[in-house]
Parts: sequence; structure tokens; C-alpha cells
Amino acid sequence: MSQRITVRAGGVSLRFHARSAAVTTALFVAMLAGLVASVAVGEFAIPPADVVNTLVGAGDQATNFVVLDLRLPRALTGLLVGAALGVAGAIFQDVTRNPLASPDVVGIASGGSLAAVALIVFTEVEAVPLAALAGSLTAGALLYVLAWRGGVQGFRLVLVGIGVAAFANAGISYVLTRGRIFEVETAYVWLVGSLNGRSWDQVWPLAVGVGVLVPVILALSRRVAVLGLGDDVARSLGVGVERSRLLLLGAAVLLTGLAVSAAGMVSFVAFVAPHIARRLTRSTSMLAAAGCGAVLVLSADLIGRTLSPPTEIPVGILTSIIAAPYFLLLLRRARA
Amino acid sequence: MSSLEARDLRVGYGGPDVVAGLDLVIRPEQITAIVGANGCGKSTLLRALARLITPTGGSVLLDGQEIRTLSSKAVAKRLGLLPQSPTAPENLTVEDLVARGRYPHQGLFRQWSPTDEQAVEEALAATATTDLRARPLDELSGGQRQRAWIAMALAQQTELLLLDEPTTYLDLAHQIDVLDLLDGLVAERGRTVVMVLHDINQACRYADQLVAVRDGRVHAAGAPGEIVDDRFIGDVFGLEARVVEDPVTGTPLCLPIAQRRSTRCAS
Repeated sequence: MSQRITVRAGGVSLRFHARSAAVTTALFVAMLAGLVASVAVGEFAIPPADVVNTLVGAGDQATNFVVLDLRLPRALTGLLVGAALGVAGAIFQDVTRNPLASPDVVGIASGGSLAAVALIVFTEVEAVPLAALAGSLTAGALLYVLAWRGGVQGFRLVLVGIGVAAFANAGISYVLTRGRIFEVETAYVWLVGSLNGRSWDQVWPLAVGVGVLVPVILALSRRVAVLGLGDDVARSLGVGVERSRLLLLGAAVLLTGLAVSAAGMVSFVAFVAPHIARRLTRSTSMLAAAGCGAVLVLSADLIGRTLSPPTEIPVGILTSIIAAPYFLLLLRRARA
Repeated sequence: MSSLEARDLRVGYGGPDVVAGLDLVIRPEQITAIVGANGCGKSTLLRALARLITPTGGSVLLDGQEIRTLSSKAVAKRLGLLPQSPTAPENLTVEDLVARGRYPHQGLFRQWSPTDEQAVEEALAATATTDLRARPLDELSGGQRQRAWIAMALAQQTELLLLDEPTTYLDLAHQIDVLDLLDGLVAERGRTVVMVLHDINQACRYADQLVAVRDGRVHAAGAPGEIVDDRFIGDVFGLEARVVEDPVTGTPLCLPIAQRRSTRCAS
């Protein structure tokens, strides 16, 4: 099971775990299948073959509209949100060496939501995604500064993060009690996390963010592996521990902020996707966590749309409903 | 050949200095054992030698250069450290642990050169962990796990190897196992080993140079046979003891005199 694949050419040499590579490939295939299925299924059903045709630019006008303007941006938003949350969660868990750490637990997502909800309730400004991003980054910065004590220790970061989350959640509750009912309704959908009506305006910032940050994180992932051995060992292996941690957590906070700004607080994905990825690959893999997150959000949205049409169940509710039992099952099997 | 030296080294954690003006020259291709009472500053000394903490004064010289001015990777290619009871992520296999020791020699596009592969194989063989390579660390016994960690440090291929109490939590047989392994590394592979040891008798048996730390300073340093006597034990550990010749190795053997039991037995 622990076979490795080594690729060498000239001075370049790369190495993968065979199992990890296979699982990651499978997850990406599932992710693409999920994307096509999300686009195909709906009130106006489109055969998967036509979906693929349309995607490669050979569709008729009606399908073009439904696919390219309505369903594809929504599906892509879901895919990217899931991938971003999966990677962000994996970073938090690996860097803090704490399986309970994730951007939702330590208050990053709550910070973003607080800013978004406050904007919805108190102002008429149409900049909710931007507010969500800014709120997440602020929560991240606050967390880092408060947890700093000559360095940032994983356990301390989680404890301080729980405090930050409690603070932000209290703020959210306060804002909700002050709002008028229709504002609160809008705000609530945001808090639950939804992909309803997402357009290319949501896709582009996310795509750019994920496209830039994920390669950077992959380049740093060897350091993540070494950081897993503890600060002292990592330092003696030549890793700049504090700098690496700041870079990685910064990237994770940005990814979370972008995800929250595109879809609201889609809960449980950042926490559970890396766990599932780890169980499946039996090692740490950022790409597998991204794949798990994407598949989770895409399937949750698909189920939410098709369970009781025309009513849609927001994606954030279904991510928890799907992921929680699966997660418990995996844990149970791992123990046995 | 790498050399390591501390000059008027001072380390503190905000309060009074824990290491207070300490001079020490580590002898190459030998085993140096650092001993002393709890809280005397021996672990702090080891961490400062390994560049894990910044001294408040004085300097640590690696190959004659101030260690703080060297890049972390440059240090990591010459000096390896194994902390006391290190922790690894769940499910990490022995082979993956050992492979991580290659980090300072690797790059983004040079992740697994033939040299890396060879170094890992050698480290596994030297620590007799080749058969355990596919096993997760959490399934191993304490002794096996410690050997795997030493293999990780060996794969780093540094001439200097610093270990903080490598025998803690091991039963006696495994303690001897680990110490013999380190002894072999020095004798057969020309490595330089510096370790903090709790057990003065083991230190006397295995160390070429014994360094006794007291109140953050070197109280005595030299071959165990030359410096360890009744008074030495009293000064360093605050313990009344008789030092006799070890019937097995001829090195000093410390027999503590416990107040109650010894009087009862003597009468």
C-alpha cells in the first residue's frame, strides 16, 4: 500500500505515493463528473453529452444560455468554494497539528460573515462579497496577533481562534436582532451558505485566487510535511518555522475569505474534507483535500437542488447532512 | 570535519540566565555526554548549540563561524538534532519519517534524487529499521520508534548529531540498543555525537568526553575516568555517593548512598 512513484528527468526528481496519486486522480474525475452533472440536472434537463458539447463550444443557443450563463457559473463557484475550503482546512489542521482546527472553528468564516451580515443589515451598500473577504482577513490577522507569544503555537492558535469565533458569532447574533425581517432573511441565507444565483462575477475572483494560491501552497507542502514533526525537528531540518507558518496560514485565510465571499458560510467542508482526504490517501495531500471539498460541495448543491423542486435547500445545510455521517463512518472503520 | 564550540554562551528566557557564560569545545568523532541535575541548563545548552534558541550573549561557532549568521539550510546540512520525545502525525510510516530527514538536501524540483534514496536506505539499515519501513510509527514499540527517529536524523547526513535524552521512556534493553547504535555511528562512520543523558553510569560508559553542567556553567569536562569521583557526584547532583570501578567496562560506576536504606543495610 505504501508504494511510491518516482519520476526523474535530468536534475528534476519528483515523488508521489501511489495510493495518494490514485485517490487524488479519482477525486478529480469525480469532481469533473460532478461539474457535468450539476450543469445537466435541473428544471430544463440537458443530456450530459450536450453539456460537454456546449462546454467545448458546440452547443445551440438555448443550451448555451442555460449552461454558460446559468448553471456553469454556479457549478464552478461550488467547485472552487469546495476546493478552497478543503485546502484551507488541510493547512490549518496540518500547521497547528490539531485535527479540530479549521477556518470555521477558529472564527475566520465567522469574521467574514459578521462583516457581510452587518453590511446587509446596517447599510444599503452593495459590496457584500468584499465585506466578507475583508472580515475574514481581519479575523485572521486578529487571530494571529492574539495567538502570538514569541511565535505561534498550534494549540494556542486553536484556543484563541475559538475565542475569536465566539466573539464574531455574538456579533452576528446581535446584528440579526437589529435587522428588519427581510434583511435578516437575506443575511440568514448568507450565514447558511448558498450557491443560488451565482454568476461569473463570483467565479472570476475565486478562480484567480485559487489559481494563484494553490500552486504556492503546493510548493510549500514539503514544508508542511516537515512542520508535522514538531517545531524543533522542523527547525533543525532547516525550515524557517514561523515564516512558513505565517505564509501558509495567510494563504489559508485568503482562500477561506474568498470562499465565504462567494457563497457565504458553507459549514463543515473545511473541517471534514481534509479528514476524508487523509483517510482515503493515508497521507497528507493538499490536492486530495481540494478534490474532497469540491466533490462535497458539488454533490451537496446537486442534492439540494433536486430533492424537492422548485424549493432549493441551501448547500451549507446539505454539506453538514452529507459529510457528518460519512465522516463518522470513516472514523468507525478506521478504529476497527 | 565539522566542529562545534560555545564561547561565553548565555541563554535566558527573560529571567536570570539559564546558561550563564559557558565555554565548551565539542570534540569531533567522539561522543560527548552532557550531564547535570534537573534544571541545570543542559537541555537549554543543547538547544542553543543546535540554533533552536537565540543566545542572550556569547556565541556558538559551527566550523568557526557564528551559527546565527548561517542560513538554516546550511546549518541543517551539518548539524542534526533529535529532541526529547518528538511527535509525528498519525499514520506516518517509518520510511516517510526517515525520508523527511532529506529535506535540507532537497528542492522543489529535486524531491527525490538517487542520493536521497541511498541516504534513506543507509539510515534504515544502520538502525535496523529496514523491516519496519512500511509500518506506521504509532504501531511500533518505544525502542523501535526511537530507532526510526534516529534513522531520520541519520538520513540528514550531518556530521554532528545532537540528541536530547535519547533513552528516556525506553526499557533498559532498548536503552543499551540505542546507545550501542550511537556508539557504532561514531566508531564506524566518524560522526560526532553530543547527547544529554540522565543516567550518569551510562554516560560514563559511552562518553569519550563528559561535560557536567551546574548552574548554567561547565563544572567539569573530560574523560569520565578522569573527572568522576565521589566529590564530583556530590557537586553536580547534590548526592552522596560512592564511585567504584565498573566491573564490566572499567569506567566509573556511581552508587548512590540513600540515607535510610544504606544505614539500615550497613548495620
